[in-house]
Amino acid sequence: MIKQRSNWELIKNGIFGENTIFRMAISLCPSIAVTTGIRNAFYMGIAVIFVQVMVNVSVSAIRKIIHPRIRIPIFMLIIAGWVSVIDMTMAAFARPAYKEIGLYIQLIVAFASIFARAEVFASKNKMTSSAMDGLGMGIGFLVALVLIGFFRELLGKGALWGMPIIHSKPMLIMIMPTGGFFAVGFLMAFFNWIDIKFFGGKGASGV
Amino acid sequence: MDFGKLFELIIAASVINNFVFTRFLGLCIFFGVTKKMDTAVGMSITFTAVMMISAALSWVVFKYIMIPLDITFLKIIIFIGVVAAFVQSADTIMRKVSPGMYFKLGVYLALITTNCIIIAVPLINAGEGYNFIESLAFGLGSGLGFALALVIMASIREKLELADVPRPFRGLPISFITAALIALAFTGFSGLITL
Repeated sequence: MIKQRSNWELIKNGIFGENTIFRMAISLCPSIAVTTGIRNAFYMGIAVIFVQVMVNVSVSAIRKIIHPRIRIPIFMLIIAGWVSVIDMTMAAFARPAYKEIGLYIQLIVAFASIFARAEVFASKNKMTSSAMDGLGMGIGFLVALVLIGFFRELLGKGALWGMPIIHSKPMLIMIMPTGGFFAVGFLMAFFNWIDIKFFGGKGASGV
Repeated sequence: MDFGKLFELIIAASVINNFVFTRFLGLCIFFGVTKKMDTAVGMSITFTAVMMISAALSWVVFKYIMIPLDITFLKIIIFIGVVAAFVQSADTIMRKVSPGMYFKLGVYLALITTNCIIIAVPLINAGEGYNFIESLAFGLGSGLGFALALVIMASIREKLELADVPRPFRGLPISFITAALIALAFTGFSGLITL
């Protein structure tokens, strides 16, 4: 049974302890697809935070009414509804970014992480702690995406948020599809190394 | 019917715009089931079949229900409903009709319901405005491409089991780097056909 934790602990857990990408290794698709630049990564992260918080709050609000046997279709409907909301909002207000990452925004609907948090946490906890848990998970996701985007954009284009920083392109390969896999692989290995070196962890993560 | 164009569509969907290596979808499954060759092959078969059928079903729903009623803005909700309902019913029917096949492939069917590729195919079909045959071809091509990716990755990872990988790289990181190298090889296909 999950013991009651304070809001700050819940947020921290989402960012460090159970970071969606580097620790749990789920919802990996956008970590490569939208991280060719910080801007796209940032918008994607914002969309995920919104969906995660709203889904957690909604699921938590109706957790006593829904019958356990039909909870999965209901969760799917709730997630799809909130994804449609953010999809249309982004299409209206963030036009240039939406052109590039629109498909991936729509595919938030199939994220394992959002479903998992609704199932594991929100369906058993109060609304405020569910909201905080969602916020933590979302921020953890945003941080991971921006971190990957930072390295890929800096090394691939020599720019940050579209602004040139260095007047050369040190590693053009980082901006290409294959660079995404490299960046995630090396960052994961780096965090494993920190875990092994300084915290005496096991290292081997995920799958 | 222009078979040349269909062939181009299948090649483009399977190799040039390979879902795993250039569109980065279905990565969870890609890294999840490629530890052993058997599971990778089983997954590929189930996946291709489900992908084609759900592409066809959602095309019919899109064309004959959503466009006349002018509710295309609900496409995310409706497509996920269609796919989930189809997978659930396929699961039930298969269990009843051929328990042997269900025993082999049923596990993968359960995993498929919330997979991003299965949802992405109807969404892309709707966005590009493909007709029925083209949607089927796109579904088939994407399924074949995914199967190709799974089989390549599984055969490499089976060999990788024997290798002495540095400790921080063990598990997922080395798989990512392997995938990066395969993706690099797949870049060679770009420009093969210009649509």
